[in-house]
Amino acid sequence: MWAYVIRRLGESLLILLGISLVTFALLYLVPADPARQIAGRSATAETVANIRAQLGLDQPFHVQYVRYLGNLLQGDLGRSYLQRTEVSELIAARMPATLLLMGAAIVVELILGLTIGAIAALKRNSAVDQSLMVFSFVTISAPQFVVGILLLYVFAVQLGWFPIGGYGTFAHLVLPAITIGLLGTGWYSRMMRSSMIDVLAQDYVRTARAKGLGKLRIILRHVAPNAILPVIAMIGIDIGLFMSGIVVVESVFGWPGIGQLAWQAIQRVDIPIIMGVTLVSACFIVLGNLLADLIAPLVDPRIKLK
Amino acid sequence: MTEAVASSPAHGRGTGRVLRDLVRRPRSAFGLTVIVTMLAAAIFAPWIMPYDPNDQMFDGLSLEGAPLPPSAEFWLGTDLLGRDLFSRLILGAQTSLIIGVLANGIAVVLGATVGITAGYFGGWIGGILMRFTDLMMAFPALLLAIVLAAIFKPSLLIVAMVIAMVNWVQMARVIYTETRSLAQREFIEVQRAMGSSTFRILGRHILPHLVYSIIVFGTLGISTTVLLEATLSYLGVGVQPPTPSWGNIIFENQTYFATAPWLVFFPGLAIVLLALAFNLLGDVLRDTLDPRLKGRH
Repeated sequence: MWAYVIRRLGESLLILLGISLVTFALLYLVPADPARQIAGRSATAETVANIRAQLGLDQPFHVQYVRYLGNLLQGDLGRSYLQRTEVSELIAARMPATLLLMGAAIVVELILGLTIGAIAALKRNSAVDQSLMVFSFVTISAPQFVVGILLLYVFAVQLGWFPIGGYGTFAHLVLPAITIGLLGTGWYSRMMRSSMIDVLAQDYVRTARAKGLGKLRIILRHVAPNAILPVIAMIGIDIGLFMSGIVVVESVFGWPGIGQLAWQAIQRVDIPIIMGVTLVSACFIVLGNLLADLIAPLVDPRIKLK
Repeated sequence: MTEAVASSPAHGRGTGRVLRDLVRRPRSAFGLTVIVTMLAAAIFAPWIMPYDPNDQMFDGLSLEGAPLPPSAEFWLGTDLLGRDLFSRLILGAQTSLIIGVLANGIAVVLGATVGITAGYFGGWIGGILMRFTDLMMAFPALLLAIVLAAIFKPSLLIVAMVIAMVNWVQMARVIYTETRSLAQREFIEVQRAMGSSTFRILGRHILPHLVYSIIVFGTLGISTTVLLEATLSYLGVGVQPPTPSWGNIIFENQTYFATAPWLVFFPGLAIVLLALAFNLLGDVLRDTLDPRLKGRH
């Protein structure tokens, strides 16, 4: 077990190293000149050249990358070009908002996804099942900015139940969490449905029925717990899905998390911030996958560790 | 004879039967209807569009200069510049489908090539390719696409390339797994022993087995592509105005969404319908083409 954990950890670190290299290479290719941006339009060529030398932007690629990596190992993500602040501080300041949104979205998708999947499985092949599955398809086919804007229109503009974007109270959290959660709901409900159907066909469920246990008791005590486990193991994977959504959803709702930070940085070509957020998101995704791999054998002992 | 049967599963079920299945099942029938309708709209756009989609009409705005709601004159209303929304949506169907097919085509070819190469040859080439695929899987896809799109000033082709760069990974993984198990099967070893060239084995005996997966995941992939294009265009780094795309129509008009919700609703509906259509079609294809794929994601 421990050998497996250590090997997977090593692999994860290698992937993160690869991601830092690819991100760095990509942004090295950006045609926009950060030195020119910092100096402003009216600056002389000399000033621009000075700033470039100051930032080390005149060095060859590998020198810049090695220095970047060295700083990374010390937890230094560099300084924002335009805000003159440490990127790590900017990200740390916005992390709580993103984590809050992530937590809320996971709650939404688990509640909705598991319930919908369970109902669909119990009413298998009925009209209820069909419509729930169509609903789950709609949720994975709807872009998050459309869902977000429509929710804002109906529940904030028309009904006035929630504020139009922003951050601070529980009411601010509801709509963005639902927007992100709906995408996951589609996946979870489909997984829960097939997992439930598998469990319902097991011998021990038949035994429980034969013993004359009540239907509700069988479902709550014997079916649901066994069906939920493999679905829960997917939460790790789900984090990747979440990280892709935050840029859009945080922009739509004006949610001050790292997604919004990244989006603002992209518009101003503030490269250190873009790299920082990409790396932090990648860490989350890699960690999530690692978690999923480590949880899976605990949940289902039949899965062998490779 | 046995060899032909073993290595060409495509002969097992007629294309006609699959098509009949698709038309009969409500979900795929719905998907096909939407796709065919939008395809027709895109192809015959110049004849269907009631107005010039780029014409900023004087009577396309109210006296106060606000966009007009849907009416008999402008079926889906007008946008903030007084352009006919229906005409722009039809032209937007062109954009979405061109990018959808192009980007997904590149992604499928790229993913299948990587998957087959890594799966068949294995060794260090396979190792490197699959590690690279793992790396791409861990990249926040949308963030990567945004960065790429922001670097290369977006044209239709660039947007398609960017989306393909992000989307080939899924296909590569699926094809890799299948090729690897195929490569170890007896009939492939027989071919090798008989001295068939690698090229022939891949083309005649491996590829035919992968056709189903390529069709299924290729169809599902179009849906992802359509959504990604819409999202990039919505963020302003995808298809650039004045070329209409459903995403950039929402991007241009979103400040008006509280007073002119149709400017978000109709393009949004178009995106959801097209993505849903390909998702439903892909899902039914998965069931009808290959029972082994059932329930897999």
